Amino acid sequence: MAQTPLPVPNAESRPFWEGAARGVLRIQRCAACGAAQFPPRALCGHCHAKAPPRWEEACGRGVIASHTTVHRAPSAAFRDEVPYTLALVTLAEGPRLLVRLRGAMAEAPRIGAPVVIGFDPPAGPDAIALPHAEAAP
Amino acid sequence: MMRAAITGIGETAVGELPGSSCMGLHSEAALRALEDAGLSPDDLDGVLCAYSFTEPHLMLASVFCESFGIQPAWSAAIQCGGATGCVAVMQAAALVEAGLCRHVLVVMGDNRLSGLSRDRAVAALAEVGHPQFERPLGVSIPALYALVAQAYMHEYGVTEEHLAAMAVSCRTHAARHPGAQMRAPITVEEVLRSRVIASPLKLLDCCLISDGGAAAIVSAADAARDTRRPVRLLGTGQKTTHEHLIAAPSLTAFGCREAAEQAFGRAGVSPADVDVAEIYDSFTITLLLELEAIGFFEKGEAGPAALAGALDLGGRLPCNTHGGLLSFAHPGAAGGLFHVLEAVRQLRGEAEARQVTGAELAYVHGDGGILSTHAALVLGRA
Repeated sequence: MAQTPLPVPNAESRPFWEGAARGVLRIQRCAACGAAQFPPRALCGHCHAKAPPRWEEACGRGVIASHTTVHRAPSAAFRDEVPYTLALVTLAEGPRLLVRLRGAMAEAPRIGAPVVIGFDPPAGPDAIALPHAEAAP
Repeated sequence: MMRAAITGIGETAVGELPGSSCMGLHSEAALRALEDAGLSPDDLDGVLCAYSFTEPHLMLASVFCESFGIQPAWSAAIQCGGATGCVAVMQAAALVEAGLCRHVLVVMGDNRLSGLSRDRAVAALAEVGHPQFERPLGVSIPALYALVAQAYMHEYGVTEEHLAAMAVSCRTHAARHPGAQMRAPITVEEVLRSRVIASPLKLLDCCLISDGGAAAIVSAADAARDTRRPVRLLGTGQKTTHEHLIAAPSLTAFGCREAAEQAFGRAGVSPADVDVAEIYDSFTITLLLELEAIGFFEKGEAGPAALAGALDLGGRLPCNTHGGLLSFAHPGAAGGLFHVLEAVRQLRGEAEARQVTGAELAYVHGDGGILSTHAALVLGRA
Protein backbone atom coordinates (compact mmCIF):
# COMPACT_ATOMS: atom_id res chain seq x y z
CA MET A 1 0.00 0.00 0.00
CA ALA A 2 1.27 3.45 -0.90
CA GLN A 3 2.02 5.76 2.01
CA THR A 4 -0.90 8.01 2.99
CA PRO A 5 -0.01 11.69 2.57
CA LEU A 6 0.67 12.67 6.20
CA PRO A 7 0.89 16.42 6.71
CA VAL A 8 4.28 18.02 7.30
CA PRO A 9 3.84 20.56 10.12
CA ASN A 10 4.66 24.14 9.18
CA ALA A 11 4.92 27.40 11.11
CA GLU A 12 1.14 27.76 11.28
CA SER A 13 0.11 24.17 11.91
CA ARG A 14 2.86 22.88 14.23
CA PRO A 15 1.07 23.75 17.51
CA PHE A 16 -2.02 21.89 16.29
CA TRP A 17 -0.08 18.71 15.46
CA GLU A 18 1.95 18.89 18.69
CA GLY A 19 -1.32 19.02 20.61
CA ALA A 20 -2.84 16.25 18.52
CA ALA A 21 0.08 13.90 19.27
CA ARG A 22 -0.78 14.35 22.97
CA GLY A 23 -4.48 13.82 22.31
CA VAL A 24 -5.32 17.51 22.75
CA LEU A 25 -7.42 19.49 20.25
CA ARG A 26 -6.06 23.01 19.86
CA ILE A 27 -7.46 25.95 17.89
CA GLN A 28 -6.46 29.58 17.53
CA ARG A 29 -8.18 32.56 19.14
CA CYS A 30 -7.54 36.22 18.34
CA ALA A 31 -6.40 38.23 21.34
CA ALA A 32 -7.85 41.39 19.82
CA CYS A 33 -11.35 40.39 18.65
CA GLY A 34 -11.82 37.03 20.38
CA ALA A 35 -12.66 35.11 17.18
CA ALA A 36 -11.87 31.39 17.24
CA GLN A 37 -10.05 30.23 14.12
CA PHE A 38 -9.28 27.02 12.23
CA PRO A 39 -7.41 26.17 10.02
CA PRO A 40 -4.54 28.04 11.72
CA ARG A 41 -3.15 31.16 10.11
CA ALA A 42 -0.40 33.72 10.75
CA LEU A 43 -3.01 36.40 11.49
CA CYS A 44 -6.63 36.70 12.52
CA GLY A 45 -8.69 36.15 9.37
CA HIS A 46 -11.59 38.00 11.02
CA CYS A 47 -10.18 41.34 12.26
CA HIS A 48 -6.66 41.11 10.73
CA ALA A 49 -5.07 42.08 14.05
CA LYS A 50 -1.31 42.36 13.81
CA ALA A 51 -0.70 40.17 16.87
CA PRO A 52 -0.69 36.48 15.92
CA PRO A 53 -3.68 34.52 17.26
CA ARG A 54 -3.10 32.55 20.48
CA TRP A 55 -3.48 28.80 20.76
CA GLU A 56 -5.97 27.36 23.21
CA GLU A 57 -7.31 23.96 24.08
CA ALA A 58 -10.74 23.31 22.56
CA CYS A 59 -13.38 21.40 24.52
CA GLY A 60 -13.36 18.61 21.94
CA ARG A 61 -17.11 18.56 21.39
CA GLY A 62 -19.05 19.44 18.26
CA VAL A 63 -21.89 18.47 15.96
CA ILE A 64 -21.84 16.89 12.52
CA ALA A 65 -22.33 19.61 9.87
CA SER A 66 -22.15 17.13 6.99
CA HIS A 67 -20.83 13.68 6.14
CA THR A 68 -19.96 11.41 3.22
CA THR A 69 -18.89 7.81 2.84
CA VAL A 70 -16.04 7.55 0.34
CA HIS A 71 -16.14 4.48 -1.91
CA ARG A 72 -13.76 5.65 -4.65
CA ALA A 73 -10.35 6.39 -3.10
CA PRO A 74 -8.68 9.67 -4.11
CA SER A 75 -5.37 7.84 -4.60
CA ALA A 76 -3.68 4.45 -4.21
CA ALA A 77 -2.75 5.40 -0.64
CA PHE A 78 -6.38 5.15 0.46
CA ARG A 79 -7.49 2.22 -1.70
CA ASP A 80 -7.25 -0.38 1.09
CA GLU A 81 -9.29 1.80 3.45
CA VAL A 82 -12.51 2.34 1.44
CA PRO A 83 -15.29 2.64 2.29
CA TYR A 84 -14.66 5.19 5.05
CA THR A 85 -16.82 7.98 6.39
CA LEU A 86 -15.72 11.59 6.61
CA ALA A 87 -17.51 14.28 8.54
CA LEU A 88 -17.26 18.03 8.81
CA VAL A 89 -17.68 18.77 12.49
CA THR A 90 -18.66 22.22 13.73
CA LEU A 91 -16.74 22.55 16.98
CA ALA A 92 -18.41 24.04 20.06
CA GLU A 93 -16.03 27.00 19.67
CA GLY A 94 -17.30 27.63 16.12
CA PRO A 95 -14.66 26.53 13.58
CA ARG A 96 -15.10 23.47 11.39
CA LEU A 97 -12.84 20.38 11.39
CA LEU A 98 -12.72 17.47 8.91
CA VAL A 99 -12.45 14.05 10.57
CA ARG A 100 -12.95 10.35 9.99
CA LEU A 101 -16.02 9.04 11.81
CA ARG A 102 -15.51 5.97 13.99
CA GLY A 103 -17.77 3.50 15.76
CA ALA A 104 -21.55 3.45 15.49
CA MET A 105 -21.64 7.03 14.19
CA ALA A 106 -19.71 5.93 11.08
CA GLU A 107 -22.45 3.40 10.29
CA ALA A 108 -25.34 5.85 10.59
CA PRO A 109 -24.01 9.42 10.45
CA ARG A 110 -26.56 12.16 10.99
CA ILE A 111 -26.30 15.93 10.49
CA GLY A 112 -26.67 17.65 13.86
CA ALA A 113 -25.52 14.61 15.85
CA PRO A 114 -23.21 15.49 18.78
CA VAL A 115 -19.71 14.02 18.56
CA VAL A 116 -16.44 14.09 20.48
CA ILE A 117 -13.07 14.54 18.78
CA GLY A 118 -10.30 12.01 19.34
CA PHE A 119 -6.96 11.30 17.69
CA ASP A 120 -5.41 8.28 15.98
CA PRO A 121 -2.07 7.00 17.34
CA PRO A 122 0.81 9.25 16.20
CA ALA A 123 2.43 8.02 12.98
CA GLY A 124 5.31 8.93 10.67
CA PRO A 125 8.47 10.98 11.23
CA ASP A 126 6.50 13.99 12.49
CA ALA A 127 4.30 11.93 14.90
CA ILE A 128 1.09 12.99 13.17
CA ALA A 129 -2.11 12.02 14.98
CA LEU A 130 -5.05 12.49 12.61
CA PRO A 131 -8.35 13.60 14.16
CA HIS A 132 -11.45 11.41 14.26
CA ALA A 133 -14.86 11.69 15.88
CA GLU A 134 -17.33 9.35 17.49
CA ALA A 135 -20.77 9.68 19.02
CA ALA A 136 -20.80 11.82 22.15
CA PRO A 137 -21.38 9.62 25.21
CA MET B 1 -23.29 48.64 -20.95
CA MET B 2 -19.99 46.89 -21.60
CA ARG B 3 -17.99 47.53 -24.75
CA ALA B 4 -16.62 44.06 -25.50
CA ALA B 5 -17.71 41.22 -27.73
CA ILE B 6 -16.91 37.56 -28.25
CA THR B 7 -15.93 37.51 -31.89
CA GLY B 8 -14.62 34.01 -32.48
CA ILE B 9 -14.94 30.56 -30.96
CA GLY B 10 -13.20 27.27 -31.66
CA GLU B 11 -12.86 23.85 -30.15
CA THR B 12 -11.22 20.52 -30.76
CA ALA B 13 -12.88 17.13 -30.70
CA VAL B 14 -13.46 15.91 -27.13
CA GLY B 15 -13.33 12.57 -25.35
CA GLU B 16 -10.34 10.25 -25.51
CA LEU B 17 -7.95 11.61 -28.14
CA PRO B 18 -4.90 9.33 -28.33
CA GLY B 19 -1.86 11.15 -29.68
CA SER B 20 -3.12 14.56 -28.56
CA SER B 21 -1.01 16.97 -26.53
CA CYS B 22 -1.82 19.90 -24.30
CA MET B 23 -0.22 22.50 -26.58
CA GLY B 24 -1.54 20.77 -29.70
CA LEU B 25 -5.08 21.07 -28.37
CA HIS B 26 -4.49 24.74 -27.51
CA SER B 27 -3.23 25.47 -31.03
CA GLU B 28 -6.03 23.63 -32.81
CA ALA B 29 -8.72 25.44 -30.78
CA ALA B 30 -6.96 28.80 -31.32
CA LEU B 31 -6.75 28.35 -35.10
CA ARG B 32 -10.45 27.48 -35.26
CA ALA B 33 -11.40 30.54 -33.22
CA LEU B 34 -9.32 32.78 -35.50
CA GLU B 35 -10.91 31.24 -38.58
CA ASP B 36 -14.36 31.67 -37.04
CA ALA B 37 -13.68 35.35 -36.36
CA GLY B 38 -12.03 35.98 -39.72
CA LEU B 39 -8.86 37.15 -37.99
CA SER B 40 -5.21 36.15 -38.38
CA PRO B 41 -2.71 35.32 -35.60
CA ASP B 42 -1.08 38.74 -36.10
CA ASP B 43 -4.34 40.44 -35.12
CA LEU B 44 -4.05 39.07 -31.57
CA ASP B 45 -2.49 41.48 -29.10
CA GLY B 46 -3.54 39.67 -25.93
CA VAL B 47 -3.48 36.04 -24.78
CA LEU B 48 -4.99 34.43 -21.69
CA CYS B 49 -4.31 30.78 -20.88
CA ALA B 50 -5.13 28.61 -17.86
CA TYR B 51 -3.22 25.62 -16.46
CA SER B 52 -2.39 22.05 -17.45
CA PHE B 53 -2.03 18.73 -15.66
CA THR B 54 -0.13 17.01 -18.46
CA GLU B 55 2.26 19.84 -19.37
CA PRO B 56 2.33 21.92 -16.18
CA HIS B 57 4.40 25.11 -16.33
CA LEU B 58 4.80 28.20 -14.22
CA MET B 59 4.09 30.40 -17.26
CA LEU B 60 1.67 28.54 -19.48
CA ALA B 61 0.68 31.61 -21.51
CA SER B 62 4.23 32.22 -22.70
CA VAL B 63 4.62 28.50 -23.35
CA PHE B 64 1.54 28.67 -25.57
CA CYS B 65 2.61 31.86 -27.37
CA GLU B 66 6.02 30.35 -28.11
CA SER B 67 4.44 27.10 -29.31
CA PHE B 68 1.78 28.85 -31.41
CA GLY B 69 4.27 31.34 -32.82
CA ILE B 70 2.96 34.72 -31.70
CA GLN B 71 4.45 37.56 -29.66
CA PRO B 72 1.49 39.40 -28.16
CA ALA B 73 1.75 42.74 -26.36
CA TRP B 74 0.01 41.23 -23.31
CA SER B 75 -0.28 37.65 -22.00
CA ALA B 76 -0.86 35.84 -18.72
CA ALA B 77 -2.19 32.60 -17.29
CA ILE B 78 -5.14 32.45 -14.92
CA GLN B 79 -5.77 29.70 -12.37
CA CYS B 80 -9.28 29.73 -10.93
CA GLY B 81 -10.14 26.06 -11.36
CA GLY B 82 -13.46 25.58 -13.10
CA ALA B 83 -14.16 29.31 -13.03
CA THR B 84 -11.10 29.99 -15.19
CA GLY B 85 -12.98 30.09 -18.51
CA CYS B 86 -15.45 32.72 -17.31
CA VAL B 87 -12.80 34.63 -15.35
CA ALA B 88 -10.57 34.75 -18.44
CA VAL B 89 -13.39 36.10 -20.60
CA MET B 90 -14.13 38.67 -17.88
CA GLN B 91 -10.46 39.66 -17.75
CA ALA B 92 -10.19 39.81 -21.53
CA ALA B 93 -13.21 42.12 -21.60
CA ALA B 94 -11.54 44.36 -19.02
CA LEU B 95 -8.38 44.48 -21.18
CA VAL B 96 -10.21 45.56 -24.32
CA GLU B 97 -12.41 48.03 -22.43
CA ALA B 98 -9.32 49.57 -20.85
CA GLY B 99 -7.87 50.04 -24.32
CA LEU B 100 -4.88 47.80 -23.57
CA CYS B 101 -5.81 45.26 -26.24
CA ARG B 102 -8.09 44.98 -29.28
CA HIS B 103 -8.30 41.21 -29.76
CA VAL B 104 -7.60 38.89 -26.80
CA LEU B 105 -7.34 35.14 -27.36
CA VAL B 106 -8.63 33.04 -24.46
CA VAL B 107 -7.39 29.50 -24.98
CA MET B 108 -7.25 26.42 -22.78
CA GLY B 109 -7.01 22.66 -23.17
CA ASP B 110 -5.53 19.49 -21.76
CA ASN B 111 -5.23 15.83 -22.67
CA ARG B 112 -6.27 14.95 -19.14
CA LEU B 113 -7.72 11.54 -20.07
CA SER B 114 -5.24 10.03 -22.54
CA GLY B 115 -2.22 11.82 -21.07
CA LEU B 116 -2.91 11.08 -17.43
CA SER B 117 -5.35 8.11 -16.90
CA ARG B 118 -8.45 8.42 -14.75
CA ASP B 119 -6.64 7.36 -11.57
CA ARG B 120 -3.91 9.95 -11.97
CA ALA B 121 -6.42 12.66 -12.89
CA VAL B 122 -8.50 11.89 -9.78
CA ALA B 123 -5.35 11.96 -7.62
CA ALA B 124 -4.12 15.23 -9.17
CA LEU B 125 -7.51 16.86 -8.58
CA ALA B 126 -7.59 15.69 -4.94
CA GLU B 127 -4.57 17.92 -4.32
CA VAL B 128 -7.01 20.83 -4.31
CA GLY B 129 -7.88 19.72 -0.75
CA HIS B 130 -6.13 21.39 2.20
CA PRO B 131 -2.69 19.72 2.49
CA GLN B 132 -2.73 19.66 6.30
CA PHE B 133 -6.37 19.29 7.30
CA GLU B 134 -8.28 17.73 4.37
CA ARG B 135 -6.07 15.58 2.12
CA PRO B 136 -4.55 13.45 4.91
CA LEU B 137 -8.08 12.31 5.85
CA GLY B 138 -8.67 10.89 2.35
CA VAL B 139 -10.83 13.49 0.64
CA SER B 140 -11.39 13.51 -3.09
CA ILE B 141 -13.06 16.30 -5.05
CA PRO B 142 -16.25 14.19 -5.26
CA ALA B 143 -16.09 13.72 -1.45
CA LEU B 144 -15.84 17.47 -0.87
CA TYR B 145 -18.81 18.14 -3.15
CA ALA B 146 -20.64 15.23 -1.49
CA LEU B 147 -20.26 17.04 1.84
CA VAL B 148 -21.92 20.07 0.26
CA ALA B 149 -24.63 17.87 -1.27
CA GLN B 150 -25.46 16.20 2.04
CA ALA B 151 -25.73 19.54 3.84
CA TYR B 152 -27.78 21.12 1.04
CA MET B 153 -30.17 18.15 0.85
CA HIS B 154 -30.63 18.31 4.62
CA GLU B 155 -31.35 22.04 4.62
CA TYR B 156 -33.65 22.30 1.60
CA GLY B 157 -35.27 18.87 1.30
CA VAL B 158 -33.45 18.06 -1.94
CA THR B 159 -33.48 14.32 -2.81
CA GLU B 160 -31.12 12.05 -4.73
CA GLU B 161 -33.77 11.96 -7.48
CA HIS B 162 -33.53 15.74 -7.76
CA LEU B 163 -29.77 15.50 -8.18
CA ALA B 164 -30.20 12.70 -10.73
CA ALA B 165 -32.55 14.93 -12.73
CA MET B 166 -29.59 17.26 -13.40
CA ALA B 167 -27.57 14.40 -14.91
CA VAL B 168 -30.51 13.19 -16.98
CA SER B 169 -31.17 16.69 -18.30
CA CYS B 170 -27.54 17.20 -19.36
CA ARG B 171 -27.51 13.81 -21.09
CA THR B 172 -30.75 14.60 -22.92
CA HIS B 173 -29.06 17.70 -24.35
CA ALA B 174 -25.81 15.88 -25.14
CA ALA B 175 -27.75 13.30 -27.17
CA ARG B 176 -28.48 16.14 -29.63
CA HIS B 177 -24.79 17.14 -29.90
CA PRO B 178 -22.88 15.06 -32.45
CA GLY B 179 -19.55 15.84 -30.74
CA ALA B 180 -20.47 15.06 -27.11
CA GLN B 181 -18.45 12.45 -25.24
CA MET B 182 -21.51 10.71 -23.73
CA ARG B 183 -24.67 10.66 -25.86
CA ALA B 184 -26.65 7.55 -24.82
CA PRO B 185 -29.78 8.68 -22.96
CA ILE B 186 -29.97 7.81 -19.24
CA THR B 187 -32.83 7.65 -16.75
CA VAL B 188 -33.15 8.82 -13.16
CA GLU B 189 -33.14 5.16 -12.09
CA GLU B 190 -29.85 4.53 -13.91
CA VAL B 191 -28.24 7.49 -12.17
CA LEU B 192 -29.50 6.25 -8.79
CA ARG B 193 -28.23 2.72 -9.51
CA SER B 194 -24.76 3.81 -10.69
CA ARG B 195 -21.99 2.96 -8.24
CA VAL B 196 -21.43 5.19 -5.24
CA ILE B 197 -18.34 7.40 -5.48
CA ALA B 198 -18.82 9.43 -2.28
CA SER B 199 -22.33 9.28 -0.85
CA PRO B 200 -24.75 10.74 -1.85
CA LEU B 201 -22.89 11.23 -5.17
CA LYS B 202 -22.80 8.34 -7.60
CA LEU B 203 -20.82 7.85 -10.79
CA LEU B 204 -23.44 9.55 -12.97
CA ASP B 205 -23.61 12.52 -10.57
CA CYS B 206 -19.95 13.23 -11.47
CA CYS B 207 -18.47 15.02 -14.47
CA LEU B 208 -16.44 13.29 -17.15
CA ILE B 209 -12.67 13.24 -17.53
CA SER B 210 -11.72 14.21 -21.08
CA ASP B 211 -9.18 15.40 -23.59
CA GLY B 212 -10.07 18.59 -25.42
CA GLY B 213 -9.41 22.26 -26.03
CA ALA B 214 -11.45 25.43 -26.41
CA ALA B 215 -10.77 29.01 -27.47
CA ALA B 216 -12.64 32.29 -27.63
CA ILE B 217 -11.60 35.69 -28.94
CA VAL B 218 -12.75 38.73 -27.00
CA SER B 219 -12.57 41.99 -28.96
CA ALA B 220 -13.15 45.67 -28.33
CA ALA B 221 -16.54 46.76 -29.66
CA ASP B 222 -15.05 48.82 -32.50
CA ALA B 223 -12.62 46.05 -33.43
CA ALA B 224 -15.50 43.54 -33.44
CA ARG B 225 -16.85 45.25 -36.55
CA ASP B 226 -14.07 43.54 -38.54
CA THR B 227 -15.29 40.06 -37.49
CA ARG B 228 -18.01 37.77 -38.77
CA ARG B 229 -20.52 37.00 -35.99
CA PRO B 230 -19.83 38.94 -32.78
CA VAL B 231 -21.88 38.30 -29.65
CA ARG B 232 -22.13 41.10 -27.13
CA LEU B 233 -20.71 40.73 -23.64
CA LEU B 234 -23.28 42.57 -21.55
CA GLY B 235 -22.17 41.91 -17.98
CA THR B 236 -19.54 40.09 -15.93
CA GLY B 237 -19.16 39.30 -12.23
CA GLN B 238 -16.98 37.37 -9.81
CA LYS B 239 -16.95 36.48 -6.12
CA THR B 240 -14.53 34.52 -3.93
CA THR B 241 -15.43 33.41 -0.41
CA HIS B 242 -12.85 30.73 0.52
CA GLU B 243 -10.69 28.03 -1.00
CA HIS B 244 -10.97 25.00 1.31
CA LEU B 245 -14.32 23.62 2.40
CA ILE B 246 -13.26 23.54 6.08
CA ALA B 247 -12.91 27.33 5.89
CA ALA B 248 -16.06 28.06 3.84
CA PRO B 249 -18.39 30.58 5.53
CA SER B 250 -21.34 28.23 4.88
CA LEU B 251 -21.86 24.72 3.48
CA THR B 252 -25.02 25.73 1.60
CA ALA B 253 -24.52 29.36 0.50
CA PHE B 254 -21.56 30.36 -1.63
CA GLY B 255 -20.46 33.23 -3.88
CA CYS B 256 -22.75 32.24 -6.78
CA ARG B 257 -25.40 34.80 -5.98
CA GLU B 258 -23.05 37.76 -5.66
CA ALA B 259 -21.18 36.93 -8.88
CA ALA B 260 -24.51 36.59 -10.70
CA GLU B 261 -25.91 39.81 -9.20
CA GLN B 262 -22.85 41.74 -10.41
CA ALA B 263 -23.21 40.36 -13.93
CA PHE B 264 -26.99 40.90 -14.10
CA GLY B 265 -26.60 44.38 -12.62
CA ARG B 266 -23.97 45.45 -15.15
CA ALA B 267 -26.10 44.03 -17.97
CA GLY B 268 -29.27 45.66 -16.63
CA VAL B 269 -31.27 42.41 -16.85
CA SER B 270 -32.64 39.84 -14.41
CA PRO B 271 -32.65 36.01 -14.28
CA ALA B 272 -36.22 36.00 -15.65
CA ASP B 273 -34.96 37.61 -18.88
CA VAL B 274 -32.52 34.77 -19.66
CA ASP B 275 -33.37 32.54 -22.65
CA VAL B 276 -30.63 29.95 -22.21
CA ALA B 277 -28.20 29.17 -19.36
CA GLU B 278 -24.87 27.32 -19.42
CA ILE B 279 -23.99 26.58 -15.81
CA TYR B 280 -21.02 24.82 -14.30
CA ASP B 281 -21.88 21.22 -13.56
CA SER B 282 -18.83 19.47 -12.14
CA PHE B 283 -21.35 17.47 -10.12
CA THR B 284 -25.14 17.37 -10.11
CA ILE B 285 -25.15 19.23 -6.79
CA THR B 286 -23.07 22.02 -8.36
CA LEU B 287 -25.67 22.65 -11.06
CA LEU B 288 -28.70 22.30 -8.75
CA LEU B 289 -27.26 24.59 -6.07
CA GLU B 290 -26.17 27.22 -8.60
CA LEU B 291 -29.54 27.24 -10.40
CA GLU B 292 -31.16 28.06 -7.06
CA ALA B 293 -28.50 30.48 -5.77
CA ILE B 294 -28.41 32.51 -8.98
CA GLY B 295 -32.15 33.02 -8.75
CA PHE B 296 -33.49 30.89 -11.58
CA PHE B 297 -35.41 28.70 -9.09
CA GLU B 298 -36.47 28.96 -5.47
CA LYS B 299 -34.56 26.87 -2.90
CA GLY B 300 -35.49 23.22 -3.26
CA GLU B 301 -37.38 23.74 -6.53
CA ALA B 302 -34.75 23.18 -9.24
CA GLY B 303 -34.90 19.38 -8.79
CA PRO B 304 -38.68 18.98 -9.12
CA ALA B 305 -38.64 21.46 -12.02
CA ALA B 306 -35.90 19.51 -13.81
CA LEU B 307 -37.81 16.26 -13.32
CA ALA B 308 -40.71 17.97 -15.13
CA GLY B 309 -38.46 19.04 -18.02
CA ALA B 310 -37.78 22.69 -17.08
CA LEU B 311 -34.13 22.49 -18.21
CA ASP B 312 -34.87 20.89 -21.59
CA LEU B 313 -35.54 22.63 -24.91
CA GLY B 314 -38.96 24.22 -24.62
CA GLY B 315 -38.72 24.24 -20.83
CA ARG B 316 -38.64 27.25 -18.54
CA LEU B 317 -34.82 27.52 -18.70
CA PRO B 318 -32.98 25.38 -21.27
CA CYS B 319 -29.70 24.69 -19.51
CA ASN B 320 -26.38 23.15 -20.56
CA THR B 321 -27.61 22.61 -24.08
CA HIS B 322 -24.29 21.03 -25.14
CA GLY B 323 -24.47 18.48 -22.31
CA GLY B 324 -22.16 20.25 -19.86
CA LEU B 325 -19.28 18.71 -17.95
CA LEU B 326 -21.57 15.83 -17.02
CA SER B 327 -22.08 14.65 -20.62
CA PHE B 328 -20.30 16.85 -23.20
CA ALA B 329 -16.72 16.81 -21.84
CA HIS B 330 -14.48 18.02 -19.03
CA PRO B 331 -10.84 18.47 -20.01
CA GLY B 332 -10.05 20.90 -17.14
CA ALA B 333 -10.16 24.65 -17.64
CA ALA B 334 -11.48 24.21 -21.18
CA GLY B 335 -14.54 22.52 -19.67
CA GLY B 336 -15.78 25.81 -18.27
CA LEU B 337 -14.98 27.56 -21.56
CA PHE B 338 -17.21 25.10 -23.45
CA HIS B 339 -20.15 26.61 -21.56
CA VAL B 340 -19.20 30.02 -23.00
CA LEU B 341 -18.82 28.60 -26.52
CA GLU B 342 -22.24 26.97 -26.35
CA ALA B 343 -23.85 30.24 -25.21
CA VAL B 344 -22.27 32.00 -28.20
CA ARG B 345 -23.59 29.31 -30.58
CA GLN B 346 -27.07 29.63 -29.11
CA LEU B 347 -27.08 33.42 -29.53
CA ARG B 348 -25.86 33.12 -33.12
CA GLY B 349 -28.59 30.59 -33.85
CA GLU B 350 -25.99 27.98 -34.81
CA ALA B 351 -26.80 25.28 -32.26
CA GLU B 352 -28.60 23.09 -34.82
CA ALA B 353 -30.69 20.36 -33.14
CA ARG B 354 -30.00 21.96 -29.73
CA GLN B 355 -31.09 25.45 -30.72
CA VAL B 356 -33.23 27.37 -28.24
CA THR B 357 -35.73 29.16 -30.47
CA GLY B 358 -35.18 32.90 -30.56
CA ALA B 359 -32.38 32.90 -27.94
CA GLU B 360 -31.35 36.52 -27.38
CA LEU B 361 -29.93 36.52 -23.85
CA ALA B 362 -27.62 33.89 -22.34
CA TYR B 363 -26.17 33.43 -18.86
CA VAL B 364 -22.92 31.52 -18.21
CA HIS B 365 -21.62 30.52 -14.77
CA GLY B 366 -18.34 28.93 -13.71
CA ASP B 367 -17.10 27.88 -10.30
CA GLY B 368 -13.68 26.81 -9.13
CA GLY B 369 -12.41 24.91 -6.10
CA ILE B 370 -15.16 23.69 -3.80
CA LEU B 371 -17.65 26.37 -4.86
CA SER B 372 -14.84 28.71 -3.77
CA THR B 373 -14.70 31.24 -6.58
CA HIS B 374 -17.54 32.06 -8.96
CA ALA B 375 -17.67 33.91 -12.26
CA ALA B 376 -20.71 34.96 -14.23
CA LEU B 377 -21.24 36.25 -17.76
CA VAL B 378 -24.31 37.70 -19.43
CA LEU B 379 -24.17 37.55 -23.23
CA GLY B 380 -26.53 39.03 -25.78
CA ARG B 381 -27.23 38.63 -29.48
CA ALA B 382 -25.59 41.38 -31.51
